[in-house]
Amino acid sequence: MSTETKSPAPEQPEAAAAPEPKPNFMRLFGRYLTEANSVMVTVYSLLLAFLIGAILLIVSDEYTRSTYSYFFARPQDALSASWYLVRDSYLALFEGAILNLNTLDRFAAGTADFGDVLRPLSETLTYATPLIFTGLAVGLAFRAGLFNIGAQGQMIFGMMGALIVGFSLNLPAAIHLPLAVIAGAVAGGLFGAVPGVLKATTGAHEVISSIMLNNIAALFLVWAIGTDFLHSETKPDLVTKPVEDSAVMPTLLSSLNSSLRVNFSLVVGIAAAVFVWWLLSKSTFGFRIRAVGFNEHASATAGMRIGSTYSTTMAAAGALAGLAGAALSLGVGSGGITTNTALEYGFDGITVALLGRANPGGIVAAALLFGALKAGALSAQPDVPVDISTLLQAIIVLFIAAPALVKAILHLRTPRGGLVTLEAKGW
Amino acid sequence: MAVKPFKLALAGFSAVGLAALAACGEAPSDSNGGDNADASFLACMVTDSGGVDDKSFNESSWAGMEAAKEENDDIEVDFKESASETDYDPNLQSSVDDGCNFIVGVGGLMTENVDTIATANPDIPFATVDGFSEVENVYSIQFDTAQSAYLAGYTAAAQTQTGTVATWGGIQIPPVTIFMDGFVEGVAKHNEDKGTDVQVLGWDEAAQTGTFINGFEDVAAGKSTSDTFITQGADILFPVAGPAGIGALTAASENEDVSAIWVDTDGFVSTEYGAEIITSAEKGLATAVKDAVLAAYDAANGGEAISGSYVGTLENGGVSLAPFHDFEDAVSDETKAELDALTQQIIDGEIVVESPASPTAS
Repeated sequence: MSTETKSPAPEQPEAAAAPEPKPNFMRLFGRYLTEANSVMVTVYSLLLAFLIGAILLIVSDEYTRSTYSYFFARPQDALSASWYLVRDSYLALFEGAILNLNTLDRFAAGTADFGDVLRPLSETLTYATPLIFTGLAVGLAFRAGLFNIGAQGQMIFGMMGALIVGFSLNLPAAIHLPLAVIAGAVAGGLFGAVPGVLKATTGAHEVISSIMLNNIAALFLVWAIGTDFLHSETKPDLVTKPVEDSAVMPTLLSSLNSSLRVNFSLVVGIAAAVFVWWLLSKSTFGFRIRAVGFNEHASATAGMRIGSTYSTTMAAAGALAGLAGAALSLGVGSGGITTNTALEYGFDGITVALLGRANPGGIVAAALLFGALKAGALSAQPDVPVDISTLLQAIIVLFIAAPALVKAILHLRTPRGGLVTLEAKGW
Repeated sequence: MAVKPFKLALAGFSAVGLAALAACGEAPSDSNGGDNADASFLACMVTDSGGVDDKSFNESSWAGMEAAKEENDDIEVDFKESASETDYDPNLQSSVDDGCNFIVGVGGLMTENVDTIATANPDIPFATVDGFSEVENVYSIQFDTAQSAYLAGYTAAAQTQTGTVATWGGIQIPPVTIFMDGFVEGVAKHNEDKGTDVQVLGWDEAAQTGTFINGFEDVAAGKSTSDTFITQGADILFPVAGPAGIGALTAASENEDVSAIWVDTDGFVSTEYGAEIITSAEKGLATAVKDAVLAAYDAANGGEAISGSYVGTLENGGVSLAPFHDFEDAVSDETKAELDALTQQIIDGEIVVESPASPTAS
């Protein structure tokens, strides 16, 4: 339902202005910065989100709030408390997501190994991996004019598909692991095709059917884990059997330090992003997806089969979300999955796709950002409320989805091609 | 609408005025707050999903941590929340990195992760709540809640007017079904001793099947499940579903002759529906966690290392039947005496309340 539309407007005014004489470059750059083009709207959305996040941090911190009660008696208290709170909170997020300065000191002093220094990055990549897949799942459907809210359910089925192949077969790793990954993609793809087929054959709106299918998948998972087939033989809790060692995603860096969890599914994720890029920009199928997304009636007139495009696009999107599930059940959750393993990665995929503007490269970048926020917030506890990552994500997407709001707040100029909006279709 | 700008300005001014008034307080003298900032001992807790304010076992465990800090001002406490089991490892690892002197993992699912990290850090004492570990530096905290649920079941059978009582659970996991097993056995005991024929809806102990709402949050689902049981004649409800159990209490408050029995904490104190609650099958999480933290502190200061495991029972007060509060008069002296006798028989081992979900080892 939502595709990026804009006239052949200048994506990069500098480039367009290249032939012009040099002295104008700074002014052109300045113009670019004050213009509501897609790059600057994204940059300003991030900055505004961190600003609002700072205000909420101040309001939610009891001590800092208390210093405001005597603001006029001693304003420096409130100002310095706020400054230190915001600085320390964001520094803690940075340290949890990218580089812990404390660990770096210990590394320099020889009390920590290089693996300890890499751990925040490893965590960021670990949490970003499922988001790459679900972001692609939503983004690919966007390009066909479909709003795939069902990534959560497709991921859950992918998780179960990969898990079942992962624990029930006994094969060498070279065959077992790829087979389990494919099973995840197939399970997710079949579940994802349902709303596509329903839309193609009956006209049922994919938003409605995919939302409903999310609930079906989540409740199905609760039931399925309880069955003797899936339920753990050793643990009494609501958890499944673990996958065989031959189906576990190999970790990439654990030879450096056993706590580095980032695993091979990240590589699969990057490969999937490259594949989606190729699919969309180089293949006939991708051309059909984009044509249908741009104008289904014109595409139909041009002889494209709309219904089958919807079905196959949703199946492909479901397969991508299914890979997210496979990454979970064969990777970080390979000791057995629970009803919580899937978290909200499928729904977060929607925000990742929006922030990435449905471009594979943008989606990977957005997934890395959200992964970093999650890893950072987890490690910054309890000094920083863990919900800060969800909060920042929500605000970022709010601004991305409403560029006119960013433009109004910052008094930006309208770019020549008009505001880049994510246009809703079919509502 | 010429008035509008004026009104807006008025509202604006009063808002600013209020804020300014609120900001006119006296500045405090320079001193540190009440936190045990200089404490030498840092005890850390990693929660299971649900968060530290889940009105259930995470919250009770955290209450125990805070109680320990309250009792000994050389102890500081911290927590890290997990959204799912994929967060256990980083949270436990960063607790180690933070220099925690004692690390408590809440929830049986976390036990394996605690074991791994504890093996890698043999100098740090760990504890696992609702789980059993054989690693030397991991202390297991478990509860035989079937015992308190047994007393609750006996009370329910004694108090029912319709001859039908009901139980339902959040998710079919051992910490939930152990209550339901004990409850059913308590009712059966009453039937056997007193010749009654009280029926229990919602749980078949032999088949281990029953009614679950597949979650601990959905109060509305809890209420509709309770309403269904009430229409089937149940007049005492025993919800084992954390916060979702509130649904049973609202259902009871809407039906004059229906009452409820709460779990985990004394519902008369912890909920707003004290008037509906006959008693509660308590699980002394907070006390057990507090004792563990204090013992770990002593160990760090030259005392004996904490090791092995703790199983909360009626005998050591780790589980208990809460006071009757508003139902003090409604419950007959005869029943009270029988409950006391049963308690003693359980402590003496004459009665063994067995549940497939009972703590594995002691």
